[in-house]
Amino acid sequence: MQVNFFFKKRLRALLVFAFLVSVTYGGIMITEYDVIKGFSSIPMAISWGVTNFFPTTDSFEHLPKILISLWETILLSIGSATLASLFALFFAILGSNTTTINPFFATICRFIATLFRNIDVAVWSMILLFSFGQSALTGYFALFFVSFGFLTRAFIETIDEVSNSGVEALRATGASYISIVIHSVIPSSASQMLSWLLFMIETNIRSATLIGILTGTGIGFVFDLYYKSVDYNTASLVVIAIVIAILALEAASNYVRRVII
Amino acid sequence: MALLELFNLSKRYDQHTIALSDINISVNKGEFIAVIGPSGAGKSTLLRCINRMIEPTNGEVTFDGVDLLHVKRKELRRLRTKIGMIFQHYHLVNRLTVIENVLHGRLGYKSSVVGALGIYTKKEKEQAIQLLRMLGLADQMYKRSDKLSGGQKQRVGIARALIQDPKMLLCDEPIASLDPNASKIIMDYLQKISQSLGITVIVNLHQVDVALQYSDRIIGVSQGQIVYDGTPTDITQEQIHQIYGSDFDDLMVEMNKEKHYAG
Ligand SMILES: Nc1ncnc2c1ncn2[C@@H]1O[C@H](COP(=O)(O)OP(=O)(O)O)[C@@H](O)[C@H]1O
Ligand SMILES: [Mg+2]
Repeated sequence: MQVNFFFKKRLRALLVFAFLVSVTYGGIMITEYDVIKGFSSIPMAISWGVTNFFPTTDSFEHLPKILISLWETILLSIGSATLASLFALFFAILGSNTTTINPFFATICRFIATLFRNIDVAVWSMILLFSFGQSALTGYFALFFVSFGFLTRAFIETIDEVSNSGVEALRATGASYISIVIHSVIPSSASQMLSWLLFMIETNIRSATLIGILTGTGIGFVFDLYYKSVDYNTASLVVIAIVIAILALEAASNYVRRVII
Repeated sequence: MALLELFNLSKRYDQHTIALSDINISVNKGEFIAVIGPSGAGKSTLLRCINRMIEPTNGEVTFDGVDLLHVKRKELRRLRTKIGMIFQHYHLVNRLTVIENVLHGRLGYKSSVVGALGIYTKKEKEQAIQLLRMLGLADQMYKRSDKLSGGQKQRVGIARALIQDPKMLLCDEPIASLDPNASKIIMDYLQKISQSLGITVIVNLHQVDVALQYSDRIIGVSQGQIVYDGTPTDITQEQIHQIYGSDFDDLMVEMNKEKHYAG
């Protein structure tokens, strides 16, 4: 019987592997993708990058303009994530089973969050392009919606995980609902929620760059501009600026995390 | 008149789980009652049905002359201030200081706005400090509560319950997570509280020997029913056996082991 069990397990692993291989092979056949050519072009791509994709002294003349756009993009990311976190907190308190006012309400809150989360930022941008056109508002709302959906979900899990016991104790003392939320739920989950917010800001900066290309705003637009006008040197400066900004932000948020825990 | 009366109290979680059936208990002021029984017997459910942390399915609960199951939310909150609760895992808000956790016991007396703002009177703060002194936590007052040991945390839980100015304490396995030393300290405090303040104490216990040692009255629960209700001196080995069913042998082994250590 035991032999049988292990045999079955191995057989299942083998079948999954065979399935993956056949799907990969099928994909290659259908798209007529040449695997060997794909890999052999990597060295060429690198050598092109090294010879063209670096900033020159000329490109540094554009630096002030780049930095202004970058700053705009960072502010947009922080602003959208922060506002979204306020809404998310409200929805998470109503949506968590620990703190909800009634179960029907909780289901609705969770459903709304799921809806907003599962539509990708790029899709949100395209939808919002219709209402706001190519403006910073489109990017702002796209980021806001996705952040809201994601943070609501994360906050609900945080609340369920950490505040059950405190909520029970305070309920037993006869404390009112609002007192319970303020004196038990918020203190026990605040640091973890702040950590999620920092994560969201980092994610937003990454997404904002791509959204910028779509909506013609921010640092993404600046990159697109230089890239399309074949000024690869300046475009590379934009990329370097973005990378530095992301690394700096990550360092800053790691520092904040260490301090609050 | 009895302080607390349970009449035909039942709780059914779903089709298959009848956690309590037809519980009848009458509790007088100042009594120290130990509820014993194997895990899954319904002890926690019984305790939580008393202050409606869990809604009973059937029956009546009368506390201090009020029919608890038919009061409105506001009145329920008022009645809960008179019932302190102590938990196995302490249920403190870990990130707050000891004294903040103790003051939580006063929130039930406050309106939503005053409570939400966390406004406590000078008298309440002094009372918190005095209680912490009494429980030997004077030096821990401004520490974060997750920095304390289990026994200290439980004493904070007791302080939070006492600052409510309760008529009754409900304790759900208060020593189940503590070592024998800390357990003894906690049980001694509960006994002292009951005797000197006249507060009724109902405590769920897993350990029969502790129950026999501290209580005035034992209630044995098995499969959601009361199978023993009497003094600790009257209870026989056979009755203990009946309460614990097949867990009995393990229990005896454990008790003998403890005696062995003590000797
Ligand atoms: N929330 C719940 N939902 C369903 N069944 C529960 C729930 N809580 C407890 N029970 C069941 O009710 C019975 C009594 O549980 P409990 O009161 O926790 O017993 P004890 O405290 O004596 O260990 C057990 O069979 C348990 O599985
Ligand atoms: Mg229990």
